Amino acid sequence: MREITFSQATLEAMTEEMRRDDTIFVMGEDIARQGGIFGQFKGLPDEFGTDRIMDTPISETAIIGAAIGAALAGMRPVADMHFADFMGITMDEVFNQMAKIRYMFGGQTKIPMVIRAPDGLIRSGAAQHSQSIEAWFNNIPGIKVVAPSNPSDAKGLLKAAIRSDDPIIYFENKDLYRQSGPVSEEEELLVEIGKARVVKEGRDVTIVSYSVMMQSALEAAGILEGEGYSVEVIDLITLSPFDEKTVIESVKKTHRLLIAHEAVKKGGLGGEVAAVVAEEAIDYLDAPIIRVGAKFTPVPFSPTLEEAYRPKTQEIVDGIRGMFK
Amino acid sequence: MDKQFYSDLYRTMYRIRTFEKKIEEFSMKGEIPGFVHLYIGEEAIATGVCANLTHKDYIQSTHRGHGHTIAKGARTDRMMAELFGKSTGYCKGKGGSMHIADFSVGMLGANGIVGGGYTLATGAALAEKIKKTDNVSVVFFGDGASNRGTFHEALNMASAWNLPVVFVCENNEWASTTPYETTTAIKDISVRAKGYDVPGVIVDGNNVLEVYEVAAQAIERARKGLGPSLLEMKTYRIKGHYVGDPEMYRTAQEVHKRFEASDPIKRYEAQVLEGRLLTRKEIDQIIQEVDEEIEAAVKFALESPFPDESALYEDLYVD
Repeated sequence: MREITFSQATLEAMTEEMRRDDTIFVMGEDIARQGGIFGQFKGLPDEFGTDRIMDTPISETAIIGAAIGAALAGMRPVADMHFADFMGITMDEVFNQMAKIRYMFGGQTKIPMVIRAPDGLIRSGAAQHSQSIEAWFNNIPGIKVVAPSNPSDAKGLLKAAIRSDDPIIYFENKDLYRQSGPVSEEEELLVEIGKARVVKEGRDVTIVSYSVMMQSALEAAGILEGEGYSVEVIDLITLSPFDEKTVIESVKKTHRLLIAHEAVKKGGLGGEVAAVVAEEAIDYLDAPIIRVGAKFTPVPFSPTLEEAYRPKTQEIVDGIRGMFK
Repeated sequence: MDKQFYSDLYRTMYRIRTFEKKIEEFSMKGEIPGFVHLYIGEEAIATGVCANLTHKDYIQSTHRGHGHTIAKGARTDRMMAELFGKSTGYCKGKGGSMHIADFSVGMLGANGIVGGGYTLATGAALAEKIKKTDNVSVVFFGDGASNRGTFHEALNMASAWNLPVVFVCENNEWASTTPYETTTAIKDISVRAKGYDVPGVIVDGNNVLEVYEVAAQAIERARKGLGPSLLEMKTYRIKGHYVGDPEMYRTAQEVHKRFEASDPIKRYEAQVLEGRLLTRKEIDQIIQEVDEEIEAAVKFALESPFPDESALYEDLYVD
């Protein structure tokens, strides 16, 4: 199969969907003239014009609010957040408007929109340009949160998000943009929202992860397999509401669970996954649940400190070894 | 303008007033749950503005939104049911007073967040521009809400992109329990229009014919693709911020004086009688019909069932 970058995969998703449905349009900072800071919108205005690929003022609140309003008027907007960190500016629109409108108006309308939010550590982006903030939205009913971990899912998940009638936050990890991977050329490449994927089957322990941290999870699984452990790895893909069934079934089989994400461990999504497993399958556990995530500090600037902050493959390996002592 | 036009204006204003009085009564009795904000004394604004709109046009409303909803053409029985929290309400009892909407008439929602409507209305206008229709979008907001940052972001975006959206400020002088002049840098909200290169107009918001005419110009301008306007409707909040507000911040005398001097319905009644646009008999006929309609709305609401607990998870997601 041909290989393309994660960034190229999202671009293909946008192009194919915009050709298919002319109610889709994109708003964001620096996306039309510049093509997005990671090249993820490059060339789109040439085909679709600047009426459908719009450079906005630096007004994140208005970007999200206007996307919601356009959705109410029958469009399918995609709003780019530049950096996920900037979503703090838009929180009223996200959690009081976008998440609530369908429910509080008794289902009179739908909000078929996607917020694209580039997140994660990137070479000393530091405290305000490097965060993984998915856990904030886990507590908000009415929205769905997804995060692809590879180019193929980047395409299939973005296409599915655009086609969904629910408001979706699509976290795309900045470190993944330049990475390449196999992506099918089939037009109907769609990743089901709400469903996790068992990426690697195993018998002794389950690692639940998502986004860029999936690479550490698979790397750790490889190391542990060499030591004789049989490791199951689950990619959550949809982070909220997450696929509890797939996780619980896996833990019932392996009796051990480790959750790994690049976001800060404290208050992170790992806590929710652990709590669900504790509620539903605690009798099946043969070892305490372990969470691996970033340290509880803002993201530091200096490369040595950033590295100290970052959750690592070795922590997953050590954590799982410890479960068998 | 024909007789129908004048009688429709009267009917809408009186319908809002009568609806609100009923709401106040049942809210005071504790039969309507939740927070309720009344539009009494401000009826001319929603009425005059919405008389220029069709159901294809949109409005975004506020926490004080019953008047806008009625003026946009929503049914009073389903509104009443919603305020009582009944399953026959517009939002199946999930929204209540502050979150009422009727998408079938282009009423895109009241909003419990002050200043929450600007960007949504701007987006609806953007959608119509992309679709190349001549539909417009109107956002109502108060003097207090004009101090939100969303005001700036939305007006700039709407003006920069020439969007068909009309910003209608209802300056009722009170930001909740605080006099707006103590927290607002300028006396007239409309002067802010200069900062966005859009027309800014001061309007006597208690004169429904003036409201209608000024709104007509702004809406026509928007329909022609000439961009947004900022209209400042000068009015006064007759009731407390919410039903049950002890109003320790002002005297009953002050309120009485303002209402006597400028009750929009009384003023309009005098205008149409004096100008022989409507007869006393015609007005009385409207009053009788609306009184019956609102009584029927109350009956409908009282007789409707509360939502079943099984509805809790309904309408959360589409997929």
